[in-house]
Amino acid sequence: MGVEGIGASVVRKEDRRFITGKGRYVDDIKLVGMTHAHFIRSPHAHAKIKSIDTSEAMKMPGVVGVLTGQQVVDDKIGNLICGWAITSKDGTGMKMGAWPAMAPETVRFVGQAVAVVIAETKNQARDAAEAVVVNYEELPAVPDIRAAIAPGAPQLHPEAPGNVIYDWTIGDEAATDAAFKSAANVVSLDITNNRLVPNAMEPRAAIAEYNEPEEHFTLYTTSQNPHVARLVLSAFYNIAQEHKLRVVAPDVGGGFGSKIFIYPEEMVALWASKKVGRPVKWTGDRTEAFLTDAHGRDHLTKAEMAFDKDNKVTGLRVKTYANLGGYMSLFSSSVPTYLYATLLSGQYNIPNIFAEVISVYTNTVPVDAYRGAGRPEASFVVERLMETAARQLKVDPAELRKKNFITQFPHQTPVIMAYDIGDFHASLDAAMKAIDYAGFPARKAKAKSEGKLRGIGISCYIEACGIAPSKAVGSLGAGVGLWESAEVRVNPVGTIEILTGSHSHGQGHETTFCQLIADRLGVPISQVQIVHGDTDKVQFGMGTYGSRSAAVGLTAILKAMEKVEAKAKKIAAHQLEASENDIVIENGEFKVAGTDKSLALPMVALAAYTAHNLPDGMEPGLKEGAFYDPTNFTFPAGAYICEMEVDAGTGKSTFVNFVAADDFGRLINPMIVEGQVHGGLAQGIGQALLEGVVYDSSGQLVTASFMDYTMPRADDLPSFKLSHTTTLCPGNPLGVKGCGEAGAIGASAAVINAITDAIDNNKLEMPATPDRVWHAIHG
Amino acid sequence: MYQTTYHRPSSVDEAASLFAKGSDAKYLAGGHTLIPVMKQRLASPSDVIDLCKIKELVGIEPTGDGIMIKAATTHSDVASSETVQKAIPALAYLASLIGDPAVRHRGTIGGSLANNDPAADYPAAVLACGATVKTNKRSISADDFFKGLFSTALEDGEIITAVSFPVQDKAGYAKFNHPASRFALTGVFVAKTPAGDVRAAATGASQNGVMRVPAIEAALKANWSAAALDNVNISADGLMNDIHGTSDYRANLVKVMAQRAVTAAS
Repeated sequence: MGVEGIGASVVRKEDRRFITGKGRYVDDIKLVGMTHAHFIRSPHAHAKIKSIDTSEAMKMPGVVGVLTGQQVVDDKIGNLICGWAITSKDGTGMKMGAWPAMAPETVRFVGQAVAVVIAETKNQARDAAEAVVVNYEELPAVPDIRAAIAPGAPQLHPEAPGNVIYDWTIGDEAATDAAFKSAANVVSLDITNNRLVPNAMEPRAAIAEYNEPEEHFTLYTTSQNPHVARLVLSAFYNIAQEHKLRVVAPDVGGGFGSKIFIYPEEMVALWASKKVGRPVKWTGDRTEAFLTDAHGRDHLTKAEMAFDKDNKVTGLRVKTYANLGGYMSLFSSSVPTYLYATLLSGQYNIPNIFAEVISVYTNTVPVDAYRGAGRPEASFVVERLMETAARQLKVDPAELRKKNFITQFPHQTPVIMAYDIGDFHASLDAAMKAIDYAGFPARKAKAKSEGKLRGIGISCYIEACGIAPSKAVGSLGAGVGLWESAEVRVNPVGTIEILTGSHSHGQGHETTFCQLIADRLGVPISQVQIVHGDTDKVQFGMGTYGSRSAAVGLTAILKAMEKVEAKAKKIAAHQLEASENDIVIENGEFKVAGTDKSLALPMVALAAYTAHNLPDGMEPGLKEGAFYDPTNFTFPAGAYICEMEVDAGTGKSTFVNFVAADDFGRLINPMIVEGQVHGGLAQGIGQALLEGVVYDSSGQLVTASFMDYTMPRADDLPSFKLSHTTTLCPGNPLGVKGCGEAGAIGASAAVINAITDAIDNNKLEMPATPDRVWHAIHG
Repeated sequence: MYQTTYHRPSSVDEAASLFAKGSDAKYLAGGHTLIPVMKQRLASPSDVIDLCKIKELVGIEPTGDGIMIKAATTHSDVASSETVQKAIPALAYLASLIGDPAVRHRGTIGGSLANNDPAADYPAAVLACGATVKTNKRSISADDFFKGLFSTALEDGEIITAVSFPVQDKAGYAKFNHPASRFALTGVFVAKTPAGDVRAAATGASQNGVMRVPAIEAALKANWSAAALDNVNISADGLMNDIHGTSDYRANLVKVMAQRAVTAAS
């Protein structure tokens, strides 16, 4: 592997820039003549806009313009789209209401923008915003799923009667019902999957510049996928044409899914830059992040599992209501359907599965993909059911899982997915060993003798990553292809630039992607530069989400590399007067096998660009591109076990131990993988213990700041014990599966299983706050 | 933040005179409440008068029967003060639990008391120790000082100059953190005077801010032990009820934290 090749824990190249404050984020960018935008947002969850008076604001110092939702409509700016069409069980399409970039008539969540002030300074924009008078007529609001589906509930969109967007099913209902009829035992559970705020460290931001003579826009924005942003902005919103729009996503401080989507503020900045003829900057503050970044999760589920007399699972039946908020965000429709219900088989051989998912509108922030996106919700359902079943059937929860594990691969589940490979026994055994599962009863007894409540919880997750192939997702309603593109440029003196459509916003691509090159060519990673995040530089790309950058993005780079290597070998063979088949690449040199003849990479590159002596007919240059479309999802899987102690007096849960045994296939950089797992576990544990969005009955966001929304902090978390078991993914040449979301997918069930074990009460909702746990103990 | 005029007086008298001149002046004594609400444009004082650079307001001194902590002394200085650790170790411990290191190096005891946040830590110690709040006009006993949520006996423009804590025979503090803000979801300070009087004060629990807890005081006066509180019943009436803690949960915490404070007391 070499010291910087695949499998080496190379220190991250990008960190020097970040930890010395030299990162360049959108808010760091200042353009000549730049103005500042401040949005006027609805204080009501549901209201009609009676009037907007901007006359006083227009007279305020420094004001360049005040724009309203009506002007968005007048300029025929397209409504925001949802890019994945879901078909209801009755064959009708999803019922999507219009989402204008600023509301012209009706607001449907607190924080929705109705107007924007553009001024010379941020403070002037804010001052003038206070002079804009908006008259609202308040309407009754539906702040949650139960309110939205209640008979006679206020209607949000005329397109969606009963506030239902779709009623979608997957699996064989009749066969599943039959499995339940003949079951020896049935386990059922009502589950609330709590709503979360992503809270990336860097809030969303945008700077838009319009060059009038060129009719050309540039948008600097906090995006996980700048090419997708350009595509959507140009194809659907009628602001700029694709060849007249450059989107740059420079350093981006975390996304967790929330920066996949195209938001109203970025659209408005782009549109406004042309309206006012000046560059327009908007940087959201933390309150705006709480109020407008797409939230995650928010399901109500009834789940049942059927077992035969030998405790083999024979059926799974799930009915889920999913809250999509006031409008349908870009990929919102797919998250509770194809990214959720297709994973309900978990790691288990379940012959019959039927799931129904009803997505509804509510007067809340739109809900979309957040780290894990559907898969944490699925994993939570399956793993809570398994634990509940073990308790009900009075069998060991590890044994019950092992009895039902899938052991033959490939394995076709009843819900679309075809698992390519895995070894679920290996990961569970590794986790059980790491936590000394066998010794737990003695530890629990000892804790009890000291007046403490001790519990252990298992979670065996599986996820589908690297969403693909394009043909398959297209057939399921996706509006885009899900491949990735790469270009490898060897410069004339032998340094290398990798242009990738993946986007790094914390994942460490600038290091891991270089490691592939170091592995292939034997050159130090300092000779390799990763170029990403700019539609003017990078040919195209689908971006980074769904743990796809290694499995799809890096494989695209490998495909381009293979082309570069093939051409370079031809050049080297020509120069060395050897056969192309005898050329091997070692330590940055092209060698003739079995001889001492060699040519260093810079000499090969120089030959390619001087073109003085190339094989007949060969084009000059050493630069190749590739588009890679996988043949299947990848299926990372693993086992997490959590041991907790609960203080009966206060209900506070404390970690005794948390072990993770993950199978991510081949690891490119184990240190970075470990960091990804730590971060994912923090978010999964955050969901289980700490985080939860609360709206009051009028639709006001109660948890709108860190004073009320509990973000995990370092001292809330244990020191994790991580390990890996490995089955190489057969679907891509590197054998990688993806590691970005696993922790967030698997952790929450382990935590809740442990606490409910400790307190001997299975009824406990997330977040399991001390208050809730204390009530669960004391009734 | 709206425009304001920042003042840095060098004496209490100068501060009071600046306050009197301002149309809507505010004192700044750490700023962990005032500055955030100004940034959110929820407060727009004409003048902000920073008390923290007034030398006569900083320091900790032993007194005949206890210690005096001057109003602009930071939480960090209280937490690390040998004088406080020797006289009332529970008070130094309490200060060490406030916020995070950045907060403790900026926040002051006078600022905390004047603000009287219902979940702040210091009011519990002041009330349980029967401390005296000294101002530029008078001395106010702890029992008379706290007047409910964010409300005190301070008159407009009056400045806290110091707090005098009588030494205790035993004192202990136990705090249960609010999960998000890390204020006290409930914190209880228990104190026993050399004469044998017992006082207990809870913060974070009552809708009216810091409160004494007579049932706990009575039980501990009869028997200073955690076990003495086993059968004490704390009413949930009048206690705060929010997404982080129902009133019955807080009532339980008052008792449990009191027991832990007694166990920790020295």
